[in-house]
Amino acid sequence: MTAETLLYLESVSVSFDGFKALNNLNLAVGSGEMRAVIGPNGAGKTTMMDVITGKTRPDEGRVAFRNYALTSMDEAAIANIGIGRKFQKPSVFENHTVWDNLELAMKANRSAVASLLWKLSEEQRERIASTLKRINLEEAAMRRAGGLSHGQKQWLEIGMLLMQQPELLLVDEPVAGMTDAETEKTAMLLRDIAQHAAVVVVEHDMDFIRALGVRVTVLHEGSVLAEGSLDTVQNNQRVIDVYLGR
Amino acid sequence: MGTFKNILSAIFFLVSVSVASAQDVGGLVDSLATGSFSDRGNAVASLVASGSPVVVPILQALSDGNLYVRKADSKVFIATESGEVFKLVDPATGADAGTAQKAEIDKIKVNNSLRETISNAMSGLTLFSKDGKTRKDAALAVLKSGDATALPALEKAIAAESDPSILAIMKTAAAAATLKSDKPDDAKLAAIDVLSKYTDRDTASLLTAYAATVEGALKDQALAASAKIEASLNSWAVVQNVWYGLSLASVLLLAAIGLAITFGVMGIINMAHGEMVMLGAYTTYVTQLLFKAYLPGLADYALIAAIPMAFLVSGAMGIVIERSVIRFLYGRPLETLLATWGVSLILQQAVRSIFGPTNKDVTTPSWMSGSIDLSGGLSLTLNRIAILLFAAAVFAGLMILMRKSPIGLQMRAVTQNRPMANAMGIRSSRIDALTFGLGSGIAGLAGVALSQIDNVSPNLGQGYIIDSFLVVVFGGVGNLWGTLAGAVTLGIANKFLEPFAGAVLGKIIILVAVILFIQKRPRGLFALKGRWVEA
Amino acid sequence: MISQHIMARFGKAGTVFLFALLIVGLAVPSLNLFTSPDSALHVPDYILALLGKYLCYALLALSVDLVWGFCGILSLGHGAFFALGGYAMGMYMMRQIGARGVYGNADLPDFMVFLNWKTLPWYWHGFEFFPFALLMIVLAPGILAFVFGWLAFRSRVTGVYLSIITQAMTFALLLAFFRNDMGFGGNNGLTDFKDILGYSVQSPNTRAVLFMLSALALGLCFIIARLITHSKFGKIIISIRDAESRTRFLGYRVENYKLVVFVTSAIMAGIAGALYVPQVGIINPSEFSPANSIEVVIWTALGGRGTLWGAALGAIVVNGAKSWFTGVLPDAWLFMLGALFIFVTLFMPKGIAGLFAGWTTPAKEKKNADVLAEAAE
Repeated sequence: MTAETLLYLESVSVSFDGFKALNNLNLAVGSGEMRAVIGPNGAGKTTMMDVITGKTRPDEGRVAFRNYALTSMDEAAIANIGIGRKFQKPSVFENHTVWDNLELAMKANRSAVASLLWKLSEEQRERIASTLKRINLEEAAMRRAGGLSHGQKQWLEIGMLLMQQPELLLVDEPVAGMTDAETEKTAMLLRDIAQHAAVVVVEHDMDFIRALGVRVTVLHEGSVLAEGSLDTVQNNQRVIDVYLGR
Repeated sequence: MGTFKNILSAIFFLVSVSVASAQDVGGLVDSLATGSFSDRGNAVASLVASGSPVVVPILQALSDGNLYVRKADSKVFIATESGEVFKLVDPATGADAGTAQKAEIDKIKVNNSLRETISNAMSGLTLFSKDGKTRKDAALAVLKSGDATALPALEKAIAAESDPSILAIMKTAAAAATLKSDKPDDAKLAAIDVLSKYTDRDTASLLTAYAATVEGALKDQALAASAKIEASLNSWAVVQNVWYGLSLASVLLLAAIGLAITFGVMGIINMAHGEMVMLGAYTTYVTQLLFKAYLPGLADYALIAAIPMAFLVSGAMGIVIERSVIRFLYGRPLETLLATWGVSLILQQAVRSIFGPTNKDVTTPSWMSGSIDLSGGLSLTLNRIAILLFAAAVFAGLMILMRKSPIGLQMRAVTQNRPMANAMGIRSSRIDALTFGLGSGIAGLAGVALSQIDNVSPNLGQGYIIDSFLVVVFGGVGNLWGTLAGAVTLGIANKFLEPFAGAVLGKIIILVAVILFIQKRPRGLFALKGRWVEA
Repeated sequence: MISQHIMARFGKAGTVFLFALLIVGLAVPSLNLFTSPDSALHVPDYILALLGKYLCYALLALSVDLVWGFCGILSLGHGAFFALGGYAMGMYMMRQIGARGVYGNADLPDFMVFLNWKTLPWYWHGFEFFPFALLMIVLAPGILAFVFGWLAFRSRVTGVYLSIITQAMTFALLLAFFRNDMGFGGNNGLTDFKDILGYSVQSPNTRAVLFMLSALALGLCFIIARLITHSKFGKIIISIRDAESRTRFLGYRVENYKLVVFVTSAIMAGIAGALYVPQVGIINPSEFSPANSIEVVIWTALGGRGTLWGAALGAIVVNGAKSWFTGVLPDAWLFMLGALFIFVTLFMPKGIAGLFAGWTTPAKEKKNADVLAEAAE
């Protein structure tokens, strides 16, 4: 194990109308670690993300981030202690400009009063500008985010996460529907982020995961089936059964 | 007064078959003309004691001042003024006894105390009426007054009574009379026991009042009996509130169930839902007019004919609205809300322009008038019962339609997964229109029912729209059982609050409670859980 | 120079709106007071009163636009806040009547004497003081909005559910204010006002001042709303409107933002009601009726939501049409209004303001673009 444990899920179970989306799930992610989570549809990947970010309350179990018990916090509070999330569908604020999207995501006091009195400092202005450059959207800065292409939206969202400066980043299928070139660029951006934060990536694309070259956790029917390097889990008989069996 | 005439004729009929007793009565009647007022009182008492039914018209005539004595032979007649002369009728037999000049006869005078004696006696005598309802009313009158003088007549009546329900009331009345009579204590104790079984507020206060006048065992028994009645009255009050609550619930259910389809299943906010109800009510009105004009013999069944008519009219209107407005707004619920509000304004104004702003009169068919009386003062009116059954039938019918029929299956398929349903060859736009038409048609059915208990006016629907939404939201969107539970809960809660909070405040409390409830459980009573309900 | 500054702050349309308001606010009362009745330019008293009423409606529409157009909260109960502000003002003016009422009771308003009440209910105390009444004009709607919003937003009641319970809220208040024993005049409401701060409500001068105050309030509220909506706060509420849960995941406490907007908007509606009541001379429970509140929404939609000035314009246009129609073709008005609801939602989702789209350009973004150009070097 690397460094200290940052995120810790212990015996987490969630059920919807009797269907067990998560079943006694255990997971630990270290500080600064990058982790890939794979699994067939309905394995509980998205539900796991929902539980960590406070969208879904677990029926049982404990979820800890640093010294915080996440199960008793709401989405906003969890986001504010440094957990960022990128959704499967690109979700940017379509009616705002690319610039405003980044400005809203930038780490700052989130209270209503602070927002009313908010004034962008020169330094912050430059940070936004440099992020725009990093995600290749300088030219589109003043365009409505709704007018961006699919890939551009994905990058903008990653840019927003960069502005948010999270300690832990949850990324849901970042390269779905992307061209090869875009996929490569995305992998680069993620590795970039991973230098300052722990990252959990959910992905179906095995090539992409291989490109990331990180530890892999396989979920199946709401619990962990296997864990290790991509080669190890790919040779695991149970994993093969689940993916190829039936 | 009309009933009294019936009693009289019934009694005259009796008289003709019992001439023997009539002759005895004849002698007693003549004694009314002699002596002082107190002598006349005694004569009245003797007449009453004879138990003969012919006594009633005689006493009535005496009380009304229509009883005269012929100076020539001191015989007593019932006389009515007819032009110059008086027509005489033999009081005992009811036979015509010729005429007399005014000077030939004298009116038999009565004073107030005599009049009271007569009226008490009369109530005792109607106990022998041929008409069951009259006998029952007479017994109830004695029960209320607890008049001891009626006791002998009551006892005779009890002996003659064959209707068990009236017999029970008579026995209770006799018990009440016994309390005020000079009968021995154990008879009175038995009477208290009888009274304690009669659940009625007046009986309870009669017992309490009696307890204040006596001591010892009688007092204790009377108080205990009174308390027992109160307790039973209270439980009847609960039953009554439940009944009123169910009755309100059936109305709420009818109004809301169409909305449960359009809002709950399809997710369309139809602010014109109330107007669909209103159209149903007006359809009922028009159907009734048509029946009165063309099929007057069947006018009583116009309401039955109105049921499919209202369904078709409101349903067709619903389909028109869906095709012309709503289908362009799927996925934009707030816009749908505003557009359908516009539709509701137009429909209201259209109806106002066609039928005028005033209330229209929809008559209740004879088979739905009247009521079933239960003990404890509870009376179930037939129209409310009919609406309750109707609501249950509509609910059951809808349930079967949604669950068992192919069209219901398609409706559920489209609302759950539109692309998949399309892929399977279901024409989803057609199903949308039909589903919306179904919801609207059911609103029309609600209108048929509401035409029986509410004012049929252009504003009819407005009064139900907020309630209906609350029922659906409270019950849990997308769940017909939830709508049923929501309607029953809100209906009963409303009626239980009314007695001590008043109707308006009760309604406000319900509104506030539902608002709080929705904030606590935004998905309603029967919430669906899971990923697919996420907004 | 100054006008450029204003232009930058309030946008082209906003600036035009403010100038128009300034002109109307000064010209209409002047033309009423200082021209002879025969003059072609003379504004008759009833027109002044009518336009003053429209200005209050415009402010109400603006308040609805603030919550609906920017934050996506479709309130079908804003009439309640309007009415509460109106009742607070009405109560002050009721107390000013003093012994001049029909029953000549110095302490009790006529309707209480009529109901045979002996003492003034506790919640009527203080309304004889104008500053207290002003405070209540702000607090009554503000507190209701706060409590309601706090409960609703915290439990994440959104969309049509929220709309329905706002409607239920105003319906409950409608029923409550109809009751005589609530102590607000029941069915008849509060009326027969005599004066306000010692000036007769009937006098032309008072009416002119009330008109100017209405224009001023509309202008100030427009400026406040415009500043709010163009701050970072404003961008956040737009984000909430478009993607509530995403905003939450960015760490913004959505319920607090909604609450601030909702309460601010409710207070603006209350002020509109307070200015409305002395100009029409009556406040009664029908102001709480759900139909009224929904109508405000269509004013806003017709004018163009999310623009503020459009909402105000919409209120004036619809009410102008209403006054004209109810005079000429009274039966046709509801058909017109109903058709308007359908037409606007189907064919004019951006309202009248949408017709001017592209005419207004965001000014502030230029500055950011400059920085970007520098950074690119």
